[in-house]
Amino acid sequence: MGGVEGYMYPNEINLYWSVLIVVYPYVTGLVAGAFILASLVRIFNVREVAPTYRLALLTALAFLIVAPLPLLLHLGHPERCFEMYFTPHDTSAMAMFGYVYIWYLMAVLLFEIWLDFRQDIILTARSSTGLKRLLYRLLSLGSNNISEHALAVDERAGWIVTLIGIPSAFLLHGYVGFIFGSIKANPWWSSPLMPVVFIFSAMVSGIALVLMVYMFTTRVRGRQIDMPCVDTIAKYLFYIFIIDFVLEMLDLVHRIYVADESFRSISFMVHTKLYFSQIVLQIYVGTLVPLLLLGIIQITRFSPSVRKAIYVVSAALVEVAVLSMRWNVVIGGQLFSKSFLGYTTYKIGLITHEGVFMAAFLTLLPLGILWVLVKILPPWPERKPGFNHARDASTL
Amino acid sequence: MKTFRDSEHLLRFALLFAIVFVLFLVVRHFVVPRSFGEYGHYRGAAIAEIAARPIHFAGQSACETCHTDIAATKKAGMHAGVHCEACHGPLASHAANPASVQPPKLDTAVLCVRCHAASAAKPKNFPQVAAAQHSGGLACETCHHPHSPAIQGGGAK
Repeated sequence: MGGVEGYMYPNEINLYWSVLIVVYPYVTGLVAGAFILASLVRIFNVREVAPTYRLALLTALAFLIVAPLPLLLHLGHPERCFEMYFTPHDTSAMAMFGYVYIWYLMAVLLFEIWLDFRQDIILTARSSTGLKRLLYRLLSLGSNNISEHALAVDERAGWIVTLIGIPSAFLLHGYVGFIFGSIKANPWWSSPLMPVVFIFSAMVSGIALVLMVYMFTTRVRGRQIDMPCVDTIAKYLFYIFIIDFVLEMLDLVHRIYVADESFRSISFMVHTKLYFSQIVLQIYVGTLVPLLLLGIIQITRFSPSVRKAIYVVSAALVEVAVLSMRWNVVIGGQLFSKSFLGYTTYKIGLITHEGVFMAAFLTLLPLGILWVLVKILPPWPERKPGFNHARDASTL
Repeated sequence: MKTFRDSEHLLRFALLFAIVFVLFLVVRHFVVPRSFGEYGHYRGAAIAEIAARPIHFAGQSACETCHTDIAATKKAGMHAGVHCEACHGPLASHAANPASVQPPKLDTAVLCVRCHAASAAKPKNFPQVAAAQHSGGLACETCHHPHSPAIQGGGAK
């Protein structure tokens, strides 16, 4: 049979989880990562990254809106998704995730964004007319109070929401890892480390994305990139990426050391079908190269222009690594037989509803949504009321 | 009072949240079937609806009531454990009205390989053949009697 080597059970020949299921954890991870970066400012008081705070929140929202779309498109009958809200079953991880998703969207992200932008929204409503005024009046929910005390209340409430948001972000993405880690029939997935690895790779991908979006948008707007800001983000990216890489290597070493009955099969797969996506793309190109680049930056002082170039290259490679990791987990886990005697091939479509174009569209769609969000709620640091260039980010 | 005035906008967001929640409950009230959860995590009325569907299978004992000779042959052979309707299909209508409803004639070249086509996934002692090489396209019943398929003494049983 074409594409099949050795012996496969009949139900293993075609892959059920397509490239859209690769996109799904990738997009969800970007949400969690972007939010964690935002929380660095509010909770951990890392003031240097303040210029990216609002952009990170909007990025998280844009990606969160798209996060369920790959699943809905993959399953078909998207109207049935409401069933899991109306009649949830407590043994269904997916149903529980639905509630985590709504909680994260409504109680965390929307609320925090609303609190942070409330002053801007009200000021825009006051200074505009017609439909624009109506839109901003609606966004402000009719409130018009931006007294100092009211803003202090917002600040306090925002802090609490972010504090709740951190475990929520971990829960949101931890679930995605949990879905794979809890499939005990599949040795490639079944690992308690899976949710942890997913969370750390999510943080890495989200931070790298916001770094790139910040640098790109600042450049497009003809502004100066805040070097202490990008230096600090790159530093955090480097540290978290090290933890992520070590965790993934721990998982790998554990598999090699334990060498259970699946090991020969999985090892063969990593050396053949997954060699390019796992060894070359994920480990060498996507992990070791950016780690080396970001590591060199930590001990050597390059000029800002060189540092900026290195940050963009590293962040792009990090995205390659994390997307490859999702691919290797989702697709890799379906390429070998449970009999450990055979391997199949994933034939990806091009223009089908689960093909390359759709996957690329869904990955890029959040950037389009972000563009709209940025138009409605400009997140630029200099637009923040009371912003003072001399004091720079320390006022934020 | 001042504290309330300055935090009143938080209540607006809470109200939005509450409205969405109430809307959810209202929609849920209308879209979830009344009998959902009556017996378990499914629509209770589905049981009565399924029970009311016409029965298509007559059952082994109904066949044996009339076809005593075939039942005896089958019992002595390898297919003793295979129910009549597993091959002949659902025949409740034939059992209810034997004269006017006749079961369709089966093509053994197609029927037998459903179970007996060679596959590495099947137990080794299960009779299985690569049909094209084994019979060259001949119908299985040329050599094997479907109701007692083992070939003994070179003849079809």
